[in-house]
Amino acid sequence: MLESISTVPVSVEPIKRKYSYLSTSTFWSIRQGFPKRLSLVLVAMSLVIPLAIWTIVSTLQLVTPTFLPTPLAVISAGITMFAENNLWGDVLASCSRVLVGFLLAALIGVPMGLAMGTFYSMDSLFSPLVGTVRYMPITGFVPLIIIWAGLDEPSKILIITLGVVLYNVIMVADAVKFIPNEMINVAYTMGASRWDVLWKVIVPATFPSVLDTLRVNISGAWNFVVIAELLAAQNGLGFKIIQAQRFLQTDKVLFCIALIGVIGLGLDYALKWLSKVLTPWADQVRH
Amino acid sequence: MQDYASTLNKTSYQEVAPVPHRFPKMEVENISKVYSGKGKQLLTVLQNINIKIFSREFICLVGTSGCGKSTLLNIIAGLLAPSAGEILIDGQSVTGRPGSDRGMVFQGYTLYPWLTVAQNVAFGLQFQGMSKGDQRDQVNYFLNVVGLENFANNYPRQLSGGMKQRVAIARALANEPAVLLMDEPFGALDAQTKEQMQEFLLDLWEKTHMTVLMITHDVEEAIYLSQRIYVLGVGQVKGEIPICLPTHRELSIKLSPEFIDIKRQVMSTMRQHH
Ligand SMILES: Nc1ncnc2c1ncn2[C@@H]1O[C@H](COP(=O)(O)OP(=O)(O)OP(=O)(O)O)[C@@H](O)[C@H]1O
Ligand SMILES: [Mg+2]
Repeated sequence: MLESISTVPVSVEPIKRKYSYLSTSTFWSIRQGFPKRLSLVLVAMSLVIPLAIWTIVSTLQLVTPTFLPTPLAVISAGITMFAENNLWGDVLASCSRVLVGFLLAALIGVPMGLAMGTFYSMDSLFSPLVGTVRYMPITGFVPLIIIWAGLDEPSKILIITLGVVLYNVIMVADAVKFIPNEMINVAYTMGASRWDVLWKVIVPATFPSVLDTLRVNISGAWNFVVIAELLAAQNGLGFKIIQAQRFLQTDKVLFCIALIGVIGLGLDYALKWLSKVLTPWADQVRH
Repeated sequence: MQDYASTLNKTSYQEVAPVPHRFPKMEVENISKVYSGKGKQLLTVLQNINIKIFSREFICLVGTSGCGKSTLLNIIAGLLAPSAGEILIDGQSVTGRPGSDRGMVFQGYTLYPWLTVAQNVAFGLQFQGMSKGDQRDQVNYFLNVVGLENFANNYPRQLSGGMKQRVAIARALANEPAVLLMDEPFGALDAQTKEQMQEFLLDLWEKTHMTVLMITHDVEEAIYLSQRIYVLGVGQVKGEIPICLPTHRELSIKLSPEFIDIKRQVMSTMRQHH
């Protein structure tokens, strides 16, 4: 009886179809979460391993100490420089050059970028110039700048400002172009003028990107301050580097480079913190 | 209801005397739009569109995807220049000039993320030279109307999709536009939220008697909400269908035979070929 009931086809071959699945992985996870522990381990490794290799290579003197001093030698060179060679003065000199040059680049670049991103007319007016000059290496301009502005502070600040300003312009103009049309259009349907749209929509909408742009480009300012000081200066970290190089004091050179890195990292964190404080509404974009 | 009647007196909606129905609030006259495509090719998106909207009417514009609905609404709002034709508000030409007389609610969420809900609703008021105190009253009133008074100080990212769209509607209404334009305002919402929003919108319209032109491709939504439907074909008005249903409607009306009759009529108009 049972046999007759189950005449419904049972032995139909299941259709063989190959599906592909995502294999599980912790290390190669893409936006699927990452264990905090592993992240810390990797961060530590990225610092410890190069440091360890450096320590081993230098203490075993696999390389001549003049070429590669030990980490301890570098640190003690740094302490000597702070104590005897007025390194604070150099740090201050470089920092103030970066600050002034960068502020100028921001004061010129941000409004110009906003104008170019907002108005077709300004874009047409400035983009040929910006687009061409951008490809000219600023280091090539340095001799000219020295001829024009002399060897004093103005030329150094000019090098930094010219080096950074175009990147500010381009990145800010791009940020404006990312504002959805509808966000601007809806303001017009509420009676906003173009001036209102610029100040009440475009400026606040791009504010987080402007802060990000400045944060990224301040590293450029540090590059250019060193270039400026390598050429002609009586103080500054770049000057200290070139001075130490003349006497083959690689420990001092390395310390100055590391110091610039640390200052940059500090600035980066400070600016990140600042933008978090100033734009609490934008924190869904960041992690 | 009693509450609303007393608060409504504050706004200009009640102060406006009933306009005689012979003068349209808004006229769309012979609007055409031609896009220049690749090379010398021309793409005609709209051809001789004529639409009239009277004061306190709720009109829906239905049509298949890509037939030019958004293009038409953007032209009406003045955000896009037509190739030919005029847009008149109270007999005045406003072609190609957006202004606070035509409030707009877009399909996507266009709230300003850097402003709180209350500041978003107040956005248009600052351009009218309204005092801070009056602005606050106006904002509170319209947040009450859309039922979001408790979210005044939240940022948009803390709201759900339906709530965001309610804020966008409140923001448009706070400016007291002559006509409220909406481009598929509930397109991104799930079916249930969408029905809630339709109920809410109809309720709002009954209370405020604003003049509305809404785009949708949801035929049921159009019939439920409006007094008249314009069916848009490929760039042309295929038909104008009056909705003869009682002004006060419940959601259950969607199941009534009259409603289904109208739906059949609209669908067949949409399918007609010219
Ligand atoms: N800037 C443009 N240039 C050329 N063609 C365009 C442009 N904008 C829209 N179109 C064309 O116009 C037609 C109508 O577009 P529109 O966005 O108005 O359609 P729609 O009815 O709103 O569609 P949907 O329901 O999908 O939103 C489309 O065929 C589109 O390709
Ligand atoms: Mg559309």
